[in-house]
Amino acid sequence: MYKIVKKKVLNPTVILMDIEAPLVAKKAEPGQFIILRTDENGERIPLTIADFDRKKGTVTIIFQVVGATTEKLAHLNKGDSLCDFVGPLGKATHTDGLKKVAVVGGGVGCAIAYPVAKKLHNLGCEVHAICGFRGKDLVILENEFKNASAKYVLMTDDGSAGEKGLVTDALKSLIDSGEKYDEVITIGPLPMMKFVCLLTKEYGIKTVASMNPIMIDGTGMCGGCRLTVGGKTVFACVDGPEFDGHLIDFDEAMARSNIYQATERKKHDEACNLFKKEVK
Amino acid sequence: MPNMSLVKNEMPTQKPEERIKNFNEVALGYTEEQAIDEAKRCLKCKNKMCVAGCPVKIQIPDFIAKVAEGKFEEAYQIILTQSSLPAVCGRVCPQENQCEGRCVRGIKGEPVAIGRLERFVADYHNKNCTEKPKQPVKNGHRVAIIGSGPAGLSCASDLAKRGYSVTIFEALHTPGGVLVYGIPEFRLPKAIVQKEIDGLRALGVEIKTNIVIGKTLSIDELLHEYGYEAVFIGSGAGLPKFMGIPGENLKGVFSANEFLTRINLMKAYKEESDTPILMGRRIAVVGGGNVAMDSARCARRLGAEVYVVYRRGMEELPARHEEVEHAIEEGIIFKTLTNPTEIVAYNNPDDKRDPRNMSVKGMKCVEMTLGEPDDSGRRRPVVKEGSEHVIDVDCVIMSLGTSPNPLIKSTTKGLDTEYWGGIIVDLNGLTSKEGIYAGGDAVTGSATVILAMGAGKTAASAIDDYIQSKKKAFE
Repeated sequence: MYKIVKKKVLNPTVILMDIEAPLVAKKAEPGQFIILRTDENGERIPLTIADFDRKKGTVTIIFQVVGATTEKLAHLNKGDSLCDFVGPLGKATHTDGLKKVAVVGGGVGCAIAYPVAKKLHNLGCEVHAICGFRGKDLVILENEFKNASAKYVLMTDDGSAGEKGLVTDALKSLIDSGEKYDEVITIGPLPMMKFVCLLTKEYGIKTVASMNPIMIDGTGMCGGCRLTVGGKTVFACVDGPEFDGHLIDFDEAMARSNIYQATERKKHDEACNLFKKEVK
Repeated sequence: MPNMSLVKNEMPTQKPEERIKNFNEVALGYTEEQAIDEAKRCLKCKNKMCVAGCPVKIQIPDFIAKVAEGKFEEAYQIILTQSSLPAVCGRVCPQENQCEGRCVRGIKGEPVAIGRLERFVADYHNKNCTEKPKQPVKNGHRVAIIGSGPAGLSCASDLAKRGYSVTIFEALHTPGGVLVYGIPEFRLPKAIVQKEIDGLRALGVEIKTNIVIGKTLSIDELLHEYGYEAVFIGSGAGLPKFMGIPGENLKGVFSANEFLTRINLMKAYKEESDTPILMGRRIAVVGGGNVAMDSARCARRLGAEVYVVYRRGMEELPARHEEVEHAIEEGIIFKTLTNPTEIVAYNNPDDKRDPRNMSVKGMKCVEMTLGEPDDSGRRRPVVKEGSEHVIDVDCVIMSLGTSPNPLIKSTTKGLDTEYWGGIIVDLNGLTSKEGIYAGGDAVTGSATVILAMGAGKTAASAIDDYIQSKKKAFE
């Protein structure tokens, strides 16, 4: 069992938890992920590592409530335990030799972008962080990003916080104003990453995208997480989760990501009903 | 007086029309009377061809003689000297290519039903024996085992019985390896696997789940920081193969590993499980091995019309005969001498957001004929000109075999492997690194439970010799 030692609600649907998992914390690096199961009937879901504390032996996860498992997870509290928590899986973000990087995060993806920005910042790299959200209420990790970057740009769809517009608008204006990046790292919803990659391709800036497809084991066994990158089939769990964004077939990844949409909606509703019953 | 019946005592089974609606075990097992009657068919040959055909050399005529006498527990003890998993092997071994394939009774008529008798004896023991195994006296030496499949379980069992403190590291959340995620409940009930694992725990074996060796911990750490004196790698062959044809990444194309893991490990067929499974109306399973049969029969139980698409003929199907027979009884349609060339996508040109876009609409195939034998001795399938056709399916399961997972190789310096990933070992299971042994599918590529179990036992002996000789040298 893996104990929840901290729970913090970051916005109405996004929650942060510190989980006691010393072996995972000891090896974790930014860019890697874990797989968890809340209970015996639970699904295995991958979540990218948001932070870790090797001394305390904890791993931080930040998740958005989107389905049955995250709904169940959201109802757990400090002191409760997860049934399974395994990792760190996948390859760590490549940071060697990077001097100036734009980290572009969208929504809950910012939670995953943050440890990458922090690591680069600590290595002495000039980090420009661009974080996009739908609106003011959904903004997360603003201070954390400010502390881990030389420049922080906040974008919202409705202009209720930061500047109004998309992350691609902000990235484009930074590039056009003369900023020269060794690399762009993008983490967020698939359509956002697709458009970030299309933009940087025009400018010829190397771009890495962090993928979060459906998977079961996370060790290369099921092949459910396969993607097409540069015309070749790869497994996000062992070959990634980060890939050259200019080579990823995003349309295929988007199609594959909604395979279970109908069932997931049903299971999520069931989970919600279950909790309503318990509250009563 | 031996029973001279030319045919085996028939195995009682669930009726096909009933069993396609549940996941309960298909074969129900012999009664005591049936087992004794079947055991009497054994002629107790002097040159025991059946034993020669058994990868772990179970003393078959001896245990069968005990069954004939009604001394079932004694029969069990005879099997146990050579096999650690009789209840499993009695169910999943390809007996027709091993013990039963060599049985003299098979020359004229059917061989003795050795597999069914093994299963009977093991089930009898599990049901009637309440005696707990004695905790062996610990010898103070520690061994780490990677993977809790058949190779790891048997290696752990043998070492624990010799007094070693054994820890098994398992990547998934449930121990058992392929016995749990791969082989379905209706062929190998999970309670049987659990019983074997409980038995190991009773011997003092520690099982740590959720630890991926190569990620959470490395082999070098196990040896140099955690104080294990030897390591056995039984990590299996988990990496699924795909054909490399267009359309293989469409929605609705799965590896057999994924499909079976969702069903067997995650219990996606049960209402209370959160794990989803995509069910097609018509499903094609590509391949002809046991895993293909398991996938096809699972899909059938979930209500689909199922085709097994295999490039060679019925005669060449590598699956166990019994599985093929059961699959046919269950209404699975065999499209043999057929090979897929492309998986066709659904595409709605008027609506780019149609959720059906990029899902499977059909599978383009060609017919094959069998030419000259190839390196494997089987006749090579050759494409028949102008035979292209499309099968109307909305889900495809690729069951083309698996290869060893590269995680351990890539994180263990100096561990030599074949170009296809198999770990290179000597006759005792020793790898290119001192103190590190390996066996099962991690060495051979996908093979059988019994071979993996045999390799685990061989390595256990070698590890014992290694640690004892080191100890002597030290003294």
